[in-house]
Amino acid sequence: MSQNALAKLLSENDWLMADGATGTTLFNMGLTSGDAPEMWNVEYPDRIRALYKGAVDAGSDIFLTNSFGGTASRLKLHDAQDRVGELNRIAAELGREIADKAGRTVVVAGSMGPTGEIMQPMGPLSYEGAVEMFHEQAEALKEGGADVLWVETISAPEEYKAAARAAELADMPWCGTMSFDTAGRTMMGVTSAAMAKLVETLPNPPLGFGANCGVGASDLLRTVLGFTTAGATIPTIAKGNAGIPKYVHGHIHYDGTPELMADYAVLARDCGATIIGGCCGTTTEHLRSMREALERGGTWRLFLGLGRHRRQGPRAPRKARPPPELIPATDRYIDAPS
Amino acid sequence: MADEDDIILSELEDDDLVAQMMDDLYDGLADEIVEGTNILLERGWAPYRVLTEALVAGMTIVGHDFRDGILFVPEVLLAANAMKSGMAILKPLLAETGAPTIGKMVIGTVKGDIHDIGQNLVTMMMEGAGFEVKNIGINNPVENYITACDEFDADILGMSALLTTTMPYMKIVIDQLVAEGLRDKYIVLVGGAPLNEEFGKAIGADAYCRDAAVAVETAKTFMARKHNQRAGA
Repeated sequence: MSQNALAKLLSENDWLMADGATGTTLFNMGLTSGDAPEMWNVEYPDRIRALYKGAVDAGSDIFLTNSFGGTASRLKLHDAQDRVGELNRIAAELGREIADKAGRTVVVAGSMGPTGEIMQPMGPLSYEGAVEMFHEQAEALKEGGADVLWVETISAPEEYKAAARAAELADMPWCGTMSFDTAGRTMMGVTSAAMAKLVETLPNPPLGFGANCGVGASDLLRTVLGFTTAGATIPTIAKGNAGIPKYVHGHIHYDGTPELMADYAVLARDCGATIIGGCCGTTTEHLRSMREALERGGTWRLFLGLGRHRRQGPRAPRKARPPPELIPATDRYIDAPS
Repeated sequence: MADEDDIILSELEDDDLVAQMMDDLYDGLADEIVEGTNILLERGWAPYRVLTEALVAGMTIVGHDFRDGILFVPEVLLAANAMKSGMAILKPLLAETGAPTIGKMVIGTVKGDIHDIGQNLVTMMMEGAGFEVKNIGINNPVENYITACDEFDADILGMSALLTTTMPYMKIVIDQLVAEGLRDKYIVLVGGAPLNEEFGKAIGADAYCRDAAVAVETAKTFMARKHNQRAGA
């Protein structure tokens, strides 16, 4: 069997860049609040192609499909619970089309967000019920040509396990991130150390695990450090928001600048992340700036007291890179730890 | 553990029983809360006193530890379920005895948002604190809020959103209230994980409440202000 595209990229590179925001980008294209983004796979496929192409052109090695809310329980809100197969398949097909035209290996990651329901015993959703919903979505993403499944913004360990099982049933490699938004834990109280332990014990471990969304880029870095400290052996993923959402001139604006996200990207790598991207508010402009900073090869490790970079596992030799800038000389670094 | 099983609620003095009920609420033990509530009622406690001194006081501790990052949603949901089972006994009795109502609230998640954990906690805590709450569930378009507020004669409108894709809808609801000349009639409180205080202000809400405990405190403050304004008018 040929090696999976993501596994291949991971074996050949020290780090990979994922994509940015889906929701924020679609809003800027005219999606209205409260409507299901997944409908646009059918209604406005060109806009979804533009979303994907934006990430690819900005240097992403991986992009996520427009299928975050594609489980039956989420689509039910829009009376589209019967369209899980169609909407997810098309999300992946459009992705395949863009990735295959990229001229380099780009991974199409089939996004799977939370069901939105609470798992038993606290809520009504059974483990089997969650597996069934995720599995239905997973099969459609697979059919549409996704390279991997990408479970994201999960808060409950049971739901994470259910998604893992669905990936196993669909015979698909997968990655899975949680959202750490409550006092350094997920809403359901999972710590970064607990998540690192959880993924190592799964019967079908993910290719990558980590954190997405949450409360801003800096908070997410602390979570990544938690994974590293816990001794994670599976590659870690950092997909933080571009700052904090603010309401400016009639729309949501995230206050993180491209420069901030460039620093975040390098810091995330310093903290141990292998796959680095953005979440809400991360535009193609942010992504370009992140790519550039990551390629420039700078590091804050010595500043952070983390010592020199240590490679985890066998990797191909690094490409020659320009010397790192250890102490950038602009005012915005005034608060950096000394 | 064996020695924990040995606690016989009916053998405890009132003070110890109330303290034990607070512990049981904290641990989410619904059966024990039902038992404790019935014992206090049998001992002649007024329903309102059971509610405030045992259940609400206990839930306040849960709320504070949730706010401070000691408890998380699963524990709070279990505590809320335990409280709910106590409330089920007290509610009809409270209606009979005409216990005081601090204010009335309509609450729901905005259009496109399915996540109602937060608002269910708020509902529970608000009811515990003496508010009447009409929870209109998930996925509410603007008309639902306006109709419910009107029918329920609400003082407070609460909106919840967990997704960055649905939070802007709160502004649509507030704008519609303004357009219909209803904005000043209601105290508008907003909450949800991706929100913050600045966002709440920018969309024209009265306040952003970071969790259920804060929502109760904020609602009380605004209701007191509203009463003072009426008294002063």
